[in-house]
Amino acid sequence: MGHTRRIPGLVAAAAAGALLLSACGGGTSEDESPGSAEGEADGGLTPVTLQLQWFAQGQFAGYYAALDQGYFEEEGLDVTIREGGADIVPQTVVADGQADYAIAWVPKALASREQGAGITSIAQIFQRSGTLQVSWADNPITTSADLAGKNVGNWGFGNEFELFAGMTEAGLDPAADVTLVQQAFDMSGLLAGDIDAAQAMTYNEYAQLLETVDPDTGELYTPEDFAVIDWNEEGTAMLQDSLWADSERLASDAEYQDTTEAFLRATIRGWIFARDNPEEAAAIVVEHGSQLGASHQLWMVNEVNKLIWPSPNGIGITDEAAWAQTVDISLGTANVDGATVLTAEPDEEAYTNEYIQAALDSLEGEDLDLVGEGFQPIEVELNEGGS
Amino acid sequence: MAVGSVRWRPVALGAAGVLGLVVLWEGYKALGPAEGVTVAGQAVLPRTTDLGMPHVWDMIGRALEPATSIEGAAPVWLAVVQAALVTLGTATAGLLLGTVVGILLALLMQRFVVAEWAVQPWLILSQTVPLIALAPLVVSWGGRLQLGPVQWETWMSVGVIASYLAFFPMAVGALRGLKSPEAAHTDLFRTYATSWWTTLLRLRLPAAVPYLLPALRLATAAAILGAVVAEVSTGHKGGIGRLIIEYAQSGSADPAKAWAPIAGAVLLGLFAAGLVYLLGLALGRYRRQEETA
Repeated sequence: MGHTRRIPGLVAAAAAGALLLSACGGGTSEDESPGSAEGEADGGLTPVTLQLQWFAQGQFAGYYAALDQGYFEEEGLDVTIREGGADIVPQTVVADGQADYAIAWVPKALASREQGAGITSIAQIFQRSGTLQVSWADNPITTSADLAGKNVGNWGFGNEFELFAGMTEAGLDPAADVTLVQQAFDMSGLLAGDIDAAQAMTYNEYAQLLETVDPDTGELYTPEDFAVIDWNEEGTAMLQDSLWADSERLASDAEYQDTTEAFLRATIRGWIFARDNPEEAAAIVVEHGSQLGASHQLWMVNEVNKLIWPSPNGIGITDEAAWAQTVDISLGTANVDGATVLTAEPDEEAYTNEYIQAALDSLEGEDLDLVGEGFQPIEVELNEGGS
Repeated sequence: MAVGSVRWRPVALGAAGVLGLVVLWEGYKALGPAEGVTVAGQAVLPRTTDLGMPHVWDMIGRALEPATSIEGAAPVWLAVVQAALVTLGTATAGLLLGTVVGILLALLMQRFVVAEWAVQPWLILSQTVPLIALAPLVVSWGGRLQLGPVQWETWMSVGVIASYLAFFPMAVGALRGLKSPEAAHTDLFRTYATSWWTTLLRLRLPAAVPYLLPALRLATAAAILGAVVAEVSTGHKGGIGRLIIEYAQSGSADPAKAWAPIAGAVLLGLFAAGLVYLLGLALGRYRRQEETA
């Protein structure tokens, strides 16, 4: 054996080398670092970090469009968009000072706020709720009352309150009158028949259904194969994607106030770009690393546009009635454990229209449609697997 | 017996194992009930539909096709390999850190009995903290760090989380190894009045090698697992953990695609284990007989 000892030594050295090399690789193949002092030197631009709720996708097309089209830069901002993850809570990232702004659903952010997060909503980008409860057309569930006795899918983690409010309003006890089923990332629960009515976002999971081949016909499922509950129509819709800022800095830091208005101005222009150029906006998101297929991505941009436009008071303005409805449901609807989202009415500082109104006013002179009164969505044809 | 045949046997057995898995998968898919098997409302065997269990050849076929329909998109297998290499890099950084910390802790515990009493309960406690609770904290703490000119980045958080899992088997294995020399040997060193340091270098460390290698294997697996989970948790871009989620999102419409990164994660684990095995060959002189940690 003695004479072979040298060879394993070489092999081991190679192995150690490979490990080291890959260790270096991990360091260099990195995406942009969070907004930091380094941006300061970059032509005097103000570094700004925006925290998303999830990975780059059409849901955030307006921000990526603003980045790609140079709208942020024109406003003197060097914006870094940080993608979310399974355990990243965007509003607490802002409260911790790790990002300047974050996108979060209103009820979830208000719950964090009640627990001490110093955050304020500065713009309500999505005017409508994108959550559906989808069932099969041959076993249709079209109102909350129909849910009685069914297997009802939900994502939990605060994504379920519109559903629970709908059931409560229809006189159902979510804990006793339905069987709640925890849903996964995809729609396999509904497709396999484990779930009678599954939660789905119009811009994502609902499209996944329409990208799936019906094994009986060999063709893609169509909207006729499904029945939906739309919470906007049921009257238990809650406000979703909203921009949140640091309350304390908003109150005392004049520079941050200016940055906020500038950031919102660029954001408005980004969403207008996404409305008027959905194909390009989808392509921009793909360039930023989204793994979703092309037709799925375009569908998402188009559906998100429907949630934003028209914005009767101008994009980003928080509608008082919609806010009040969101707060009411947050206070009055109990989840399975009997807990409500909020225990007390949020204070005045929970949202402000001041900065978004100023941003809208300053854009008034330009040739921009800030309301989207005549907005017409495009027709998107989904392909198998979203490709 | 020829030397060559001995070398080929494990390879043949390994291939037979993979083939057996494929046969089992396809066999169950062909013969099992479409609705799966449930016992008292609990699913014990999966559904055999194409949605639940795609054919192996569909998975392979899908892996050869481009990941997305966007022009110039890389095939799925290439995207998976690239992601696996990124994760391997992060996990390696975590493994190195975990190994250093683990061995230092073991040295401390070997040197001072009081330290062993004080530290060991914490070691065990540390492994009961759920990773998903830890991950956002590490990211949050890391985001506040500025190490001179080096800005803390998310991959470092992922590496730290990987090291958090990796240091434990190293600490436990190294401690057992350092304590493994027989009393006769340590007594001999004592009669020579050798220092602790010399005893460590000449007696304890060589004696610890048979314990360190299996510990390193465990730590490697733990580091990769930790890196993958941390990637899912923090949404860190580029690695296999995030790819698993991204492909799983289209799981109902493109079921075969979602299996590619899972297979990639398995291969990554095997590859890393192989590297550790090669490392072990170099230390063959010290191995005499391998002990389990």
